[in-house]
Amino acid sequence: MSVKNKTTITAEPGKQELFITREFDAPRELVFKAHTDPDLFAQWIGPRGLTTTLEAFEPVSGGKWRFTQTDKDGNDFGFHGVFHEVSPERVIQTFEFDGLPESGHVTLETMTLEELPNGRTRLTAQSVFQTVSDRDGMVQAGMEHGVNEGYERLDEILAKMK
Amino acid sequence: MARTPTTHDSFNAVAEPKRRQVLEALGVRELSVNEIVELLGWSQPSVSKHLGVLKQVGLVSERRVGRQRMYRVNAERLKPIYEWVAPFERIWSERFDRLDEALQKMKKEQ
Repeated sequence: MSVKNKTTITAEPGKQELFITREFDAPRELVFKAHTDPDLFAQWIGPRGLTTTLEAFEPVSGGKWRFTQTDKDGNDFGFHGVFHEVSPERVIQTFEFDGLPESGHVTLETMTLEELPNGRTRLTAQSVFQTVSDRDGMVQAGMEHGVNEGYERLDEILAKMK
Repeated sequence: MARTPTTHDSFNAVAEPKRRQVLEALGVRELSVNEIVELLGWSQPSVSKHLGVLKQVGLVSERRVGRQRMYRVNAERLKPIYEWVAPFERIWSERFDRLDEALQKMKKEQ
């Protein structure tokens, strides 16, 4: 992977927001299409080993979205939200994970797609959480997932050694 | 009162935007207090105050060169602050790699 296509996460201590940036070797219209075409979206959004099922996907202003990711043991992880604004320049939506002990921990997400020379596109996603601990919880959940996935890979390696 | 230099404290120390500016300046090269004052255009007491906090949590170390004290970033102490987002970053990195694959396929089909 080239250095210029590195995914960067910026989460400053004590803040309610985080930023994700990444550049793509594809024009904006295609990056936008991959975010708004349900078949394409389902192909790349889910973590490795999980199946993504879209129950609702209306990428227009006021439209709703809902999808479930199922792991190999049949555990479901649901996510939902509404689209506030959908254009090739900018997509604004809400995001909520259904698996939390209480509902109402909603994130506001703004994704901007910037056209770069040579048919490239820069994606910047800002997520604003209701509290700093909501944000830190999300980042830490990523840590747990990362650790689990690490163990899965270790399992694979160990299985091959047998 | 001196606090125990814990990871928690270094997180607090970099939560302050001015202290991050000091760290960024020191990230380029080792500097004296006067050089930081010149570079950032702050008062000397202000620079010294922020340096003091950064030194206390171990993010910055100092050494004497003649009559001057030179300050530099202690990269080892800064590492945990960057590392805590690393697994989250990996999830997104893998996700965007899949998006890349989808985009390359789309480009061929055009």
